[in-house]
Parts: sequence; C-alpha cells; structure tokens
Amino acid sequence: MLRATFSSMLQRKLRLTLSGLAVVLGVMFVAGAFVLTDTLGRSFDGLFTTVYSKTDVEVTAKSKIAASEASHDEVPTPLPASAVQTVDDVPGVAVAHGIAMADGARVIGADGKIVNSAGPPRFGTNWLGDQPLRDGHGPQADNQVAMNAALAETAGLKVGDSVGILTLQPKRMFTLVGIFGYDGGKDSLGGAQVVAFTEPVAQELMLGERSVYSSIDVRADDGVSADTLKGRIASKLGDGYVVKTGAEAAAERSAGPKEFLSFFNKILLGFAGVALFVGIFLIVNTFSIIVAQRTRELALLRAVGASRRQMVGSVLLEALVIGALASLVGLGAGIGVGALLAAVFSQVGGGDLALAGIGVPLSAVIGSLAVGILVTLIAAAIPALRAARIPPVAALTEAATPDRPLTRVTVAGGAVFAAGAMLLGIGLTGVGDATLWTILGGVLISFIGVALLTPVIARPVVGAVGRLFAWSVPGKLGRLNSGRNPRRTAITAAALMVGIALITGITTVLSSTTASLTKLVNEQVQADLIISGEQSGPRPPTFDPAVLDRAAALPGVDAVAGASFDQALVDGKRQSVAGVNDLAAVKRIASLRATAGTVDELSAGQVVLDKDLAAKAGVTLGQRITTQFSRGAPHTLTVTGIYEKSEMVNGWLVSAVDAADFGIPQPVQGYLKVADGASVADVRTQVTALLADSPEVTVGDRSEFVKQQTSQFDTVLAMIQILLALAILIAVLGIVNTLALSVLERTRELGLLRAIGLRRAQTMRMVTVEAVVISVFGALLGVTVGAGLGTAVVRALKSEGITQLALPWTQMGTYLVLAAFVGVLAAVLPAIRAARVNVLTAIAYE
Amino acid sequence: MGTMPEGMTAAARAVDVWKVYGTGEAQVVALRGVNVELERGRFTAIMGPSGSGKSTLMHCLAGLDAVTRGEVYIGETRLAGLGDARLTQLRREQVGFIFQQFNLLPTLSAEENIALPMAIAGRKPNREWLDAVIDTLGLRDRLRHRPSQLSGGQQQRVACARALVSRPDVVFADEPTGNLDSRSGAEVLAFLRNSAREYGQTIVLVTHDPNAASYADRVVFLADGHVVAELRDPTAETVLDTMKRLDAMVLG
Repeated sequence: MLRATFSSMLQRKLRLTLSGLAVVLGVMFVAGAFVLTDTLGRSFDGLFTTVYSKTDVEVTAKSKIAASEASHDEVPTPLPASAVQTVDDVPGVAVAHGIAMADGARVIGADGKIVNSAGPPRFGTNWLGDQPLRDGHGPQADNQVAMNAALAETAGLKVGDSVGILTLQPKRMFTLVGIFGYDGGKDSLGGAQVVAFTEPVAQELMLGERSVYSSIDVRADDGVSADTLKGRIASKLGDGYVVKTGAEAAAERSAGPKEFLSFFNKILLGFAGVALFVGIFLIVNTFSIIVAQRTRELALLRAVGASRRQMVGSVLLEALVIGALASLVGLGAGIGVGALLAAVFSQVGGGDLALAGIGVPLSAVIGSLAVGILVTLIAAAIPALRAARIPPVAALTEAATPDRPLTRVTVAGGAVFAAGAMLLGIGLTGVGDATLWTILGGVLISFIGVALLTPVIARPVVGAVGRLFAWSVPGKLGRLNSGRNPRRTAITAAALMVGIALITGITTVLSSTTASLTKLVNEQVQADLIISGEQSGPRPPTFDPAVLDRAAALPGVDAVAGASFDQALVDGKRQSVAGVNDLAAVKRIASLRATAGTVDELSAGQVVLDKDLAAKAGVTLGQRITTQFSRGAPHTLTVTGIYEKSEMVNGWLVSAVDAADFGIPQPVQGYLKVADGASVADVRTQVTALLADSPEVTVGDRSEFVKQQTSQFDTVLAMIQILLALAILIAVLGIVNTLALSVLERTRELGLLRAIGLRRAQTMRMVTVEAVVISVFGALLGVTVGAGLGTAVVRALKSEGITQLALPWTQMGTYLVLAAFVGVLAAVLPAIRAARVNVLTAIAYE
Repeated sequence: MGTMPEGMTAAARAVDVWKVYGTGEAQVVALRGVNVELERGRFTAIMGPSGSGKSTLMHCLAGLDAVTRGEVYIGETRLAGLGDARLTQLRREQVGFIFQQFNLLPTLSAEENIALPMAIAGRKPNREWLDAVIDTLGLRDRLRHRPSQLSGGQQQRVACARALVSRPDVVFADEPTGNLDSRSGAEVLAFLRNSAREYGQTIVLVTHDPNAASYADRVVFLADGHVVAELRDPTAETVLDTMKRLDAMVLG
C-alpha cells in the first residue's frame, strides 16, 4: 500500500509541486512573522538595556490622564524640580539627574524640509554631557543645540550651521554647536533623533514650562542595589510618582516598539492566512483530480482487498508527505524572509538598531509545520473520502467522468453562505463581543459558501463570458472546454475570487470613505482654503498660531478658524477636546447653530459643547466644569453655549487661551473663508508665504484637503495589493494546474483537432481562451463578492460618518482586465504543451 | 504499379518510401521502399496484418508523419520539407480523416463536428453538398445531438460526414469499422463506396478485415513493409484467398 502510494506520487511531481508551493508561501509568512518578531523583539530589548545601562532607578510622575479605552497611551505628566532634590537626598543615591525630554522636536533640514524619522521618536532633551562628542561642544547658551550624529547626517547639518526647530512652540532658530554619538561608536540608538538644548530651553520647549522634568535618572552608590534604592525613593516621594529600576523601565519601553511590531506581525500572519486559504482551494482541486485520474487504479486496489480506511489513508499519507515537505521549505524561506525584514527594519530612518542574532524560536518551527501539514490534510480530506467511495466495480468498467449532480453541493453552499453572511452581519452591527473575529469568520465562511455555490453558476456565467471569444473557432472550443467540468472550473476560479474579493471590498470601503469625506467637506465647510498637513508619525503636523491672526488680517479674508486637539479629564472622565481661536469664525464656516446660550464668542474660562454630548453627560448651560488638560493645573470652565452637533464640529470646544495647556497647543487645522469678490488664488499665495516657518503644513482648497486627509489610504492599498499579488500568484498556480490536466486528459482530442487541421497557434489560442474564461470568471465572482462585502461594511459604518457608497468601478474594471492577463500568463506553459501534442501518439489506440 | 491513364493524376502517391523508427539495436524498419499510387476518385483499401506497416503508410501519406527516405505527394504537393504550418493547412484543405475512435469533440453537436474542419479554416461549407452528405448518412434528425447521445455507428457516420464535407483530395479511413457491430460497419463502408462511385471522392481505407476491404475498388496488400500484392474489384473471398496465399509465403 505504502509503495503504491509513493510510486504514484512520483508520477505526478509537477502537480504536487504546484499545490505544495501554495503551502510553502503560506508557511513562509508564518515562519517569517515568528522570526521577525523574535529577532526584533530581542533587538529592542538590547537597545533599551543599552539606553538604561547607566540608570539604576527611574522616577516619573504619575500620569494625571491615564490610559483609557479610547486611547491606550497615557499622557505624561511632568514632575517638579523639587523632586530631583528630594531624590538626590535619599541615602544610596550617587547622583540624580533631572531629564526634560519629550518626543516632538522636529528639525528643519538643510533642504528646508522637516526631517522625518519614519517611526523612531524625535526627542528633544536637556544636555547632560554624558554622551561622547564627535564634534564641537554641548549647548552652553539658550540659542545653542547639539544633536546626535544620525540626525545631523540625515538633516545634512554640520557644526556652526543655524537650524530651525519646531517644538511645543513654533519654529525657533538655533546654532548647532555639537554633534554627539553613543558608546560603541553608534550614531543613534535605534534610529531615534535627539536634539539637546540647555536645560531651561528643553523644559520650555519640550515640557511647556520651566523648572519641571519629565523624569529623574538615578545612579546608585556602589553596593546599593537598584531594588533597594527603588524602595527607598518610592517611600520618600510618596504618592504621585512612579519609581522603576532601570531594568523595569527598559522592559517597559521595549514594549512600545514591540506593540508596533505585533501589528506588523499581524499583517504577515494575514498574508499567511490568505495564502493558505487560497492554497486550500488549489490543494482540494489537485487531490480531486488525482483521485479522479486514479479511479481505476484505486478501484483495482479495492477489488484486490484494500479497505476504505486504507484508501483514505493512502490519499492522506500523500497529503502528509507534501504538507511536511512544503512546510519545511516554507520554514526555510520564512527564516530568510524574517531575517531580511529584520535587516530592513533595523535600517529604517537611517537608524542603526543593533540586530540581535537571527532567532528561530521553537514556536516558529512547530507553528509552521503544524499549520502547513494541517492545512494540507484538511484540504485533502474531501478528495480522500471521495476516493474511499469508489466501488471496486469501477475497475472493470470504462472510466467515465461521473458528472454528479450539483444539487447537494449547491444546497450546502447556500447554507454555508447564509451562515457566513449572518455571522458577518452580527459582526458588522456590533452585536456581541469579539467583533473583529466575528467579521473575519463571517468573511471566511461566506467565501467558502460562494465557492460551493460556484459550480452551479459556472456553466451559465462561463458561457456568457466565453461568448466574448466566440468569434473564432479556437475561442469557441476553449469556451466549451472551460464549461466541461464545472466543479474544476469553479474551484479554480474561486481561488482567484478570494484575492480579488478582498481588495475590491477594501477599495469599496476606502472609496466610500473618500466620497463621504468629500461630501461632508463640501456640504458642511464653507471654507475656500484649508491649512493642514499630512500626518506621518504619532503626532499631527501643526503650525504657528500667529498665522491664524495674520491670515485674518489679510485683505480679502473674511474669516479664519483654527483648531488644536487634546485629551483631557473633564469632570474626571477622559474626553477629546478641541481648542478654537475664534468661535464666531467656526460658526460661520461650519454653519454652527446654538440650541442654548451662544456660540458667537468664546473667551478664556468658557466652554461650549454639542447637544448630544450635553444630554449624555448631563451638562447644562452655566454649569462649571473642572478640566485637566495634558499639562498645567486644572481649569474651571463655564458652559456658555450648547450647539447642534455635526460631523464636522462636535464635542467640547475651549478657547485658545485655555488650549495653551494642551499637549500640543499649536493648531492642527485652519479654515479660511475668502471675502466675496476677493481672489482665492491671491489669498492662497499670501497664506503660503505666512506658512514659510511652518513647513509641516500647506494651504489648499477643499479637494486638496480631502486628498491629503485620505493619503494614508494609498499605503493601505499598497499593502493590500501585495496581498492580492500573492493570492493571484497562488491562483495562477491553480489555473496552470487545471489547464495542464485538461491538456493531458484531452490528448486524443488535441490530436484529432491537429489531424483535421487545427494549427499550433490555434491550439494555443484554444487553451488560452479556456484559461482567460476561467480567470475572468473568477475575477467577476471576486468583484461581485467584494463589492457586496464592501457595501455591507459601508452600510454598517454609516453611523461612523461613512454615508456615501462609492463603488470603485475603475479599479473593478482593472481587476477584470488584470485577470484576463493572468489567464493568458497561466496558459503559456499548458498551451505550449498542447501545441506540442504528437498527432500520432494522440490518435494511436493500440 | 503502371502509369496512370492520360489526363488522370494520382490523388496521393508514395515513391520509394522508407520509414525507420529508432536507431541501433532498437531500430525498426516499418516501410521498405513502398511505391503506391492512389487513383483519383477510387476507393482503395490498404490491407495487411498487424505490424505490416499499413498504418505507418497511411500516416506518411496523410502528412501526419515524416518519411525517412522517398517522396510522398498529395495531389501535386510534395510533402517532404513542408513545415508544420503548411502540413496543417494541407491536412485541413486536402485531406479528410476517419479514425477508429475518438473521432468527435464531445463539446460540439453533431452538426458542429461535421463543419469543424471548415470552421477551423474559416470557410463556409457548401450548403447543398452538406445537406446531401447529411441526408445520405441519415443524420438529419441527429444534428443537434452531442456525441455522447449518439450510438457508435452514428458517431462514425458523423465522422464520415466531417471527412467528406470539405471535399478533400483524399479521405483516409483508419479501421473506421473496428469498433462497430457488423450492420453499422456495413452502412459506413457502403457509404464510403458510394462516395467514391457517385461523387468521385478518393478514399483510402486501412484495415485488416477482408470483408471491409471487399468494399474497395482495389486492395493493396502490405507485409513486412513491402507492397506484396494487389487486387482489383475484390470480393471477400478473393481478399481472403490472397491473404492466405501471403500468409503461406511469409510462413514458408
């Protein structure tokens, strides 16, 4: 039995290789994800151990605004200078340094543009003099800075240059007086950009007030352990402070990048999931074909006494061998991919994260092998059971291709699809927990349902698609061939469907979001020009608040409204708040309507909020509200107005005076209304001039604003397109597989056709049409299912502001055309094989 | 073989044709200097036992296989040196085929199968001729059927119609009745004979069945790669006698 299995496997090397390849790709991503996470995780651990190598204990203030459901980041709170003295006096403390450091020092490079870090933080800090200087000296005056070598190099700056830096305050000019590196000759630690100011400047620009620090860095006396010292300091400082050992702080800081890493990890696992899911179709098809081809052989085995169990075992053993081999290859490839990605990551933003050795955790090996083998076995199970049902008598009869009725599979498909759709519905409407998993499960099960329904629709749809090619005889023959085995055609097309459905669905959601935003901006914003920037990191782009006043003073400008944003504790609850410079302008530009009080003006100490929120929070006009912004002492604000909520303006609005205590007090967006009769272009030119010192933002019209706000969609799309390419690659393997088999099965027909005068080129065209019909059918399915899926999601997100449904017709058309090309590509080898069929061997019957 | 009557050319002919398969130890000589002319408008049978080279000869004559030495002509066209494209074109314009089995495309109806060579060539069949062929073969009420819905005899009749519909120079029929019961076989053979007599269609039948050969105007006997005998206006008995005589020769 065993020998029979292996000898028949060897005869089908090509087909098994093709289906194995799908598993290889899937497993590669699984293993790659594991290796990447492990390698980079240990690299980050190493990095922060280095960062904290001179720190025995770190002290920070307890955050006034803790993490919440809405935002997982806690807002850091500065600690007073007196605390440094307190800590310094603790016995066992060798030295206690106050550190005034925060992310958000944006340096303007030699080219006049903000130096982007693409991920790693951009720290501004006080100069402690503990890093090795490469050139010059540390900052000694308030107009001097030093920066780390990596930043200086990226920015194209050298000692003596003057440099503009954006911080909590608008652009300020400094002289670069020193460039420093790190122990071991490093230019940066993990790609972080660091600018060092004198202490008062660092406090003012990075923390917003003098005489405060972000943390205290403590060195212990010799013989005093970090843990002992941590206890002493904690008891001395009391409540309101967080005291950690250097090791604890390192581990905690390392968790941040690791979280980002886990996001990337999920993307890789998503790729793996799609590859394996599509691969299942390919494997099911391959094994079905193998079983069908071996019908007589299997029946003979049954006739000579093999049991059903042995039949199933024979097929599953084959799957096991392929799954194991493919998984091993995939594991190897995955280690390579993981190592490669880790290397790429470590170089991001000119940073040089010292890579720990490439790690292959045991979990990667076990996970990869288990996933690969399991997927192959599951996919082979159905064909295996079919093999077991072959009656021994089939060995004696002419092996006719049994055209079994499609009723059962159709009913099953309908039921599965309904279940998937229901699950999807539940997930989208947000009933119950674990919504994301419900949605994913729903999508997956819906796909399987559609795949099961595909054979029934294959014949009519394939016929209709094929009509496009009916103008030539080879075309017609190809079309007819593609309709011959609806199950095989269907499952081949279904593999292609998955990838195209995914991208169509996502494109539908994205284009609907853009359309909704466009409609919103056009209907609700009466602004002719909008100042905004493209967000590329954790912090939004900002500009100098003075620009708002200067713009308002320009001739031809009617109204200017600017907004800044923050997280605040409002009566003890974490809320989003916005600061506005001129509520009257907001009222005019966003057609704000008061339902109580007034929205004509907003002075210091006043707050307005929308009606819905007021009802929910039980807030009434004239009520006094205690508000703690990211920085500073609590503000007591009086409610002076309640307004009608809109998509554009909602929530708590405070005056620019109060907004000075925001974490980022500078405005993020500005809206300009040009006076009737004035030239928008003229105003735009002048505002552009005003923004010269705010390189993070630009001024544009409404459509440019929408484009800017949706620019991140391109990144999402690029990612999804990689996914699509992968899914298509596997689907192409499936088409090649199916066609190669068709050619093999129809050798005699091909011989006959060649004998009666079909040219080689015509033979190739016939096979190509068959491939194109199958792939276009798959793409049609994908586009339809994807549009349906996208529509469902868009409908579910209606309450989130996605009110418009915009189907991406252009992209959908592109995918269909792409599918046709894919078909042509997949047909190349089988077509050549078909054209080479020897007429004589094909028609010989002895 | 003698020369053709004045003004009459052979529909196909082989001149000193050799066909050798393989090299060295495994070398098999299938044809050893075969000379044969297939007269236009006649029904010729090529007979011989298995391994006599009769199928090889047909393949060479039909342009399906290349000869090792010698010349093959279809009409005035010399096959030697023709590329695949020219040979394919020649087959579809000047040759018709009827095989023992796998004659029809399962995806096409009987009518579409009949018109297939014309369709491949991008030509329209002559309607009158098509109708005549269909009616003679009694396929009128079977035109919309697929091959799987036809009996073996009907399938072979469809194959006959397909071979004849483009009025080729030669129709090659390779054991066309091998898989049929005797009645269906007789119908097919009678049709082939009539096509030659009534429409002047040149037909070459390859067979090992003396009864089938007796339908022909002329029988060419092949043994061991040589033309060994020839009969004109054969009957089943004369064919059988010739075969016995040849067997005795071979055995002796």
